[in-house]
Amino acid sequence: MGVGTYLALASVLFGIGAAGFLTRRNMLIQLMSIELMLNSVNVVLLAFNRVNPGNHDGQVFAFFVIAVAAAEAAVGLAILIAYYRIKKTIDTDDASLLKY
Amino acid sequence: MTSAGTILFVTTAIFAMAGGLATISARRPLRAAIGLLVHIISLAGMFLTLNAQLLAALQLLVYAGAVVVLFVFVIMLIGPASEVRPIEGRFASRTLSLAVTIAIVLAVSTSLAYFDLPWGAASEDFGTVEGLGMAIYSEALVPFEVVSITLLVAIVGAVAVARSRTE
Repeated sequence: MGVGTYLALASVLFGIGAAGFLTRRNMLIQLMSIELMLNSVNVVLLAFNRVNPGNHDGQVFAFFVIAVAAAEAAVGLAILIAYYRIKKTIDTDDASLLKY
Repeated sequence: MTSAGTILFVTTAIFAMAGGLATISARRPLRAAIGLLVHIISLAGMFLTLNAQLLAALQLLVYAGAVVVLFVFVIMLIGPASEVRPIEGRFASRTLSLAVTIAIVLAVSTSLAYFDLPWGAASEDFGTVEGLGMAIYSEALVPFEVVSITLLVAIVGAVAVARSRTE
């Protein structure tokens, strides 16, 4: 059970998030997929920090990733609500105002 | 790593993958949010196997306590419209995106799975509130303050964007 297992698991979790972001058209679920991808990166940071525990650099970085992810979720959901007010749906296929 | 750590890792890994798959495959967003909750809680358990006690607590507080609740509030606010109709057609692009993602993930994860480095000997305060807190407040003080401003800007921006303009 080495560090490689953690890295492989993190890449699988990142892939789940990426697949969700690419194949779904529900904006809420796409935002949740972004959270999945951000979380998988934290696993990599913590695993490498555990290999080299002389400093806390990886954990400090993961701390900032969590903080920025919280800000991103708040702003993303605010944009979703603004979009819902305009379109009355959260289907991203209908977000075509800039297309024409 | 001890055998108890291995058992915890395997359990949390299975639950994290199941939660992630439930999140991206659920038709109802509320079920997706519950899948995300399962994923986050199991990742917090996995952080414990990596001696990251403070980050496990923060993961529970920030993600399970704040982000998921925010998602559930938005689902409640939007109501039935939070469920969008299934996609019709475009099988080629959907299949292609899924296939490319799966191929990349298989390549990366199988090549990484046998990569190994010895775990270092962690000191007594590695990952605890004291150790990580000292690291943040001594080496990363400026980024910490910048993050607090970022959060403030995000709050103001969220209120400004989501505010109703009818008055």
